[in-house]
Amino acid sequence: MTNMLRSRWWSWGFRSAVMLYFVLLIVFPILGIYGQSLSDGWNAFVHNLTEPIAWKAVMLTVKLALIATAVNVLIGTMAAWVLIRYRFPGRSFLNSLVDLPFALPTAVVGLMILLLLGPRSWVGQGAEQLGFTILFHEPAIVVAMVFVTFPFVIRAIQPLLEELDPSEEEASYTLGASKAKTFFRVILPSMVPGIVSGAMLVFSRSLAEFGAVVLVAGNIPAKTLVASVYIFGEIESDNPAGAAAVSVLLLTFSFVILWIVNYMQTRRTNG
Amino acid sequence: MRRLWIGLTYIVFGLLLIVPVVRIAAGAWEEGWRGFAAGLTRPEALHALMMTGIIAVAVTLINTLFGVMLAVYLVRAKWLRPQLKRLLNSIVDLPFAVSPIIGGLMIVLLLGPETTLGALLGRMGVDIVYALPGMLIATLFVTFPLVIREVMPVLQEIGTQQEEAAHMLGAYPWTTFWRVTWPSIRWSVVYGVVLTVSRCLGEFGAVLVVSGNILFKTQTATTLVYQDVENFNLTEANSVALVLAAASIGLLLFMEWAKSRNSAGRHG
Repeated sequence: MTNMLRSRWWSWGFRSAVMLYFVLLIVFPILGIYGQSLSDGWNAFVHNLTEPIAWKAVMLTVKLALIATAVNVLIGTMAAWVLIRYRFPGRSFLNSLVDLPFALPTAVVGLMILLLLGPRSWVGQGAEQLGFTILFHEPAIVVAMVFVTFPFVIRAIQPLLEELDPSEEEASYTLGASKAKTFFRVILPSMVPGIVSGAMLVFSRSLAEFGAVVLVAGNIPAKTLVASVYIFGEIESDNPAGAAAVSVLLLTFSFVILWIVNYMQTRRTNG
Repeated sequence: MRRLWIGLTYIVFGLLLIVPVVRIAAGAWEEGWRGFAAGLTRPEALHALMMTGIIAVAVTLINTLFGVMLAVYLVRAKWLRPQLKRLLNSIVDLPFAVSPIIGGLMIVLLLGPETTLGALLGRMGVDIVYALPGMLIATLFVTFPLVIREVMPVLQEIGTQQEEAAHMLGAYPWTTFWRVTWPSIRWSVVYGVVLTVSRCLGEFGAVLVVSGNILFKTQTATTLVYQDVENFNLTEANSVALVLAAASIGLLLFMEWAKSRNSAGRHG
């Protein structure tokens, strides 16, 4: 009896400890930032957000994240297709390389791009001769975003392509459809859910990216200052309210995207 | 057609993934072995690597322990109602959606020296923000979902039959866990640990905000790289970055090896 009692106390203790840890570490800080940003009222929140530099930073981030998403949808779809459908030397090596951007520290990624595209590198010099600079300008930010989000689209499409029933494709060929027609009418539709959820993850991560971007963006207000770097600057210059307002906007964006992606995935596995 | 696509994929991978890694390795060797060693054995670099090591060990231990327990509860617990479970389950992923900078900001807002909680702790002599505890909390927050997300699907897949059998035969919950559940989730825990360690080594944004990046005090390897770049010490930055890159690539390779070994074992 004492043994059972003790075990019940133990399990109750474990449960409370784990749940408390969960709530304190994850739920509490997120509620805290929403509370802080709205603590001076709605007007102050809107005021912090519509401050020209803050608003321009948000718009710039959204614009560049959209470009990065478009790039990654194109090269990600291609790479996923090639890695699943074709057998060629080095295929499994390339497949393991896909995860590299997730493994590398973002500050290291920033440094890599800095070295590769800097004014002393041949890429930088070539661009200079053509009349534009990459580093500390918008192209470098897009490159950083594309790099850190590279695996999302590929990893979202691959399982769908693996599951695809070859008989559907064969039926299409038997009925006389061309290769291109089969691709666009049979294969592409089955890849769309993966492309969409991958693209949303790319967009969300690009909005949030800091480490790789801060080193290669010039961080000039209203020109190359992205939202996450703006938040960092406001924290450094002791304006937590301004930082919190922009943070809440970004967070809400990312949470909505995350929930849509999760919803799509559960619907797919259940359906 | 087929050739064209394979060629294009090789070009994309080469330009985007391989060239940058080679460039950083070359950069660290620009001044030969000496330059690399000098960059790495600077006192500030050694201290920063030590801080990163401490954080990685402590965070991995804590988040593995809590992560495994929470995964077991979220899949198995009968004392949580299904709706509540679903809600908690979607909250687990939130740190993935939070920008690291914002994660750091949250901790500064809650526990910074100007907040009531932070001031109270400060008077008791415990500094959270701009000190090690804050950096630990920030890294714990960022790495929270990793172990849980690896372990949960496996727990769902193996089902409850064996555990129920053990229970029926009179095993204590602990015995059931160690003898029945643990052997089947062991490798997923290992994957979660590898991902956590790798993320701890690489965490930058959250730690930068919370630590204040104070030399010889709260500077970690990634924030040292950042500072070196800002000061245009590119060779020194390269040598620390190369160590970090090598560690994360090593962990990635280990993960690939373990996964291929396990899937081969399952089929053969």
